[in-house]
Amino acid sequence: MTDAVSARERILARVRAAVANAPEAAAVARDYRTSHTADDPAAVLGLLHENLADYRAHVHRTAPDGLAALVAERLAERGARSVAVPPGLPDAWLAATDAVRRPDEPRLSPYALDGIDAVVTGCALAIAETGTIVLDGGPGQGRRALTLVPDLHVCVVLAPEQVVASVPLALPRLDPGRPLTWISGPSATSDIELDRVEGVHGPRTLEVILVTGG
Amino acid sequence: MGMPSFPEAAREAVGDTTLRANLRHATHTIRDKRARAVAELDDWAALREAGKRIKDDTLRHLDTYLVRLEAAVTAAGGTVHWAADAAEANRIVTALVRATGETEVVKVKSMATQEIGLNEHLEAEGIAAYETDLAELIVQLGEDRPSHILVPAIHRNRAEIRDIFAEKMGSWGRPAPDGLSDTPAELAEAARLHLREKFLRAKVGISGANFMVAETGTLVVVESEGNGRMCLTLPETLISVVGIEKVVPSWRDLEVFLQTLPRSSTAERMNPYTSMWTGTTDEDGPSAFHLVLLDNGRTDALADEVGRQALRCIRCSACLNVCPVYERAGGHAYGSVYPGPIGAILTPQLRGTSSEIDASLPYASSLCGACYEVCPVAIDIPEVLVHLRERVAEEGGKGHRLEKAAIKAASWVLDRPNTLAAVERLASATRKVHPKRLPGPGARQWSDHRDLPELPAEPFRDWWRKNRP
Ligand code: SF4
Repeated sequence: MTDAVSARERILARVRAAVANAPEAAAVARDYRTSHTADDPAAVLGLLHENLADYRAHVHRTAPDGLAALVAERLAERGARSVAVPPGLPDAWLAATDAVRRPDEPRLSPYALDGIDAVVTGCALAIAETGTIVLDGGPGQGRRALTLVPDLHVCVVLAPEQVVASVPLALPRLDPGRPLTWISGPSATSDIELDRVEGVHGPRTLEVILVTGG
Repeated sequence: MGMPSFPEAAREAVGDTTLRANLRHATHTIRDKRARAVAELDDWAALREAGKRIKDDTLRHLDTYLVRLEAAVTAAGGTVHWAADAAEANRIVTALVRATGETEVVKVKSMATQEIGLNEHLEAEGIAAYETDLAELIVQLGEDRPSHILVPAIHRNRAEIRDIFAEKMGSWGRPAPDGLSDTPAELAEAARLHLREKFLRAKVGISGANFMVAETGTLVVVESEGNGRMCLTLPETLISVVGIEKVVPSWRDLEVFLQTLPRSSTAERMNPYTSMWTGTTDEDGPSAFHLVLLDNGRTDALADEVGRQALRCIRCSACLNVCPVYERAGGHAYGSVYPGPIGAILTPQLRGTSSEIDASLPYASSLCGACYEVCPVAIDIPEVLVHLRERVAEEGGKGHRLEKAAIKAASWVLDRPNTLAAVERLASATRKVHPKRLPGPGARQWSDHRDLPELPAEPFRDWWRKNRP
């Protein structure tokens, strides 16, 4: 690919010529806040709850021993008869539901995923100030398509250990080598006269379960 | 070029009352929401300054960061291609699609691919490119051009969208449901169904990116609808076409932009979906990833001492929503994929100022400074406009066709009492960011017989009346 090599050299040479006499940029001062929230786990969890709900996720809280029943209730409430199961999801989380389990081993095709009503996952962490859940494909989360194609996503967040206050506190805990999906409420569009419509291509319903007191 | 000059296109827009009402509603709604979202962060000024400096450092050492990015992407299993111009980028992408044996691709909204006319090129090569953003779908089915960075179909109302869907969806795939109404929820559902079959069978996805992290090789796409996730996740091959200025040095730098971009753009604390990927991952997402790094005039802008700051832009569109000229002229008047204040400074730098539309763009402004105030990376748009006016003046000359185009654009702005009244209101609020000089199309050698006032002692309107040729 001699062409490609020469385009690379051409562009780099043009960049170097363009900035050759440019002054050095001012050093980046990181004097913005690391967090805008008091360092109090209950306040941080409260803020997460509020911001998730503000962007129209449905938020629930439970102690660990109520989790299985709550998962079952959320699935039943939404009429989900089948549920995709990511590798590594604790069996106990699905112990009370009678929805048909569809494990992603071997990998389900996109068409198969399209025929499944719901997916239940954990997460890598959640960010209170922005009402965001981050998935990194780790155990109990599965590959990205799993939380994308089914129309209902039930996501379990373990508090306080998986909850951080802010974006600057979240990034150092995430591994950029893994595919990351940041989710802040269900998919949405305001493309038609700026009227917000929830649910275009991603899951139209996002149920978040905050597990406390574990 | 068949492109009408700014005032001609603007005149059309002003005559279109639907367009004007939509634009006004949209820009005012987003503008007010943005102000509230920004006010939530009491360190906004520090974030803005940090964003500016990160981008300045990136641009100053762009060669280093690009090489670092290339190494990181390659190490993570991706392949990096370099494209000096649009033709080269289109050739590369076409060859990559061909190599897969596929004849259709799904696309997530990307200004870079619009800039290079990728869809048209692929179509000419027998490859169908499906836009999957709701707004882009509306634009594509309506055989239309986007008019706003963030809400490209802002110029269409629900009744028009219903008609486009009912009439056109069938010839592109799954038709719209019978009896489709014009409620936004039903229209979104029609789009969901229409596009789902395309996502499920897609083998090739094409995207842009909001950020590329040199340190880690990570690409970032922020979006709302989930069509981006579909395009980035389901296909076997992913091709991302990204302008070279989109790189940021380090992973940590995202902590600034992921706070400032959503709030400036959609006025949200965070947009619904953000995807980050680094090369390829076994058993998750595409097994082949190609990154096409695009120059296409960016190194020309980079060479311009004053103009290079336009490359800091993170495409949030906040400057469009506060611009009194954009509000009245509409996005199409700017004659490129980059409308509004950012378009007025970016397009003439990327394409040069030899055509009438491009030469007239720096004049499509009254220099009120509102765009600078809201810009999350502090691009001094009025300063660049003034600088580009001087450049146009140097290239043209008295009676030159470029001068005429420029004068027409400036007159368009200045002859509209409503626009001017809005501008002057804003101007008094933003006095501190005003340029020291007040150049009309007569700056420098076009008018060295005139003394430009050191500071505008009189309103721009009055000054113009006295000094216009
Ligand atoms: S110039 Fe600034 S305000 Fe305008 S789109 Fe770019 S980053 Fe946003």
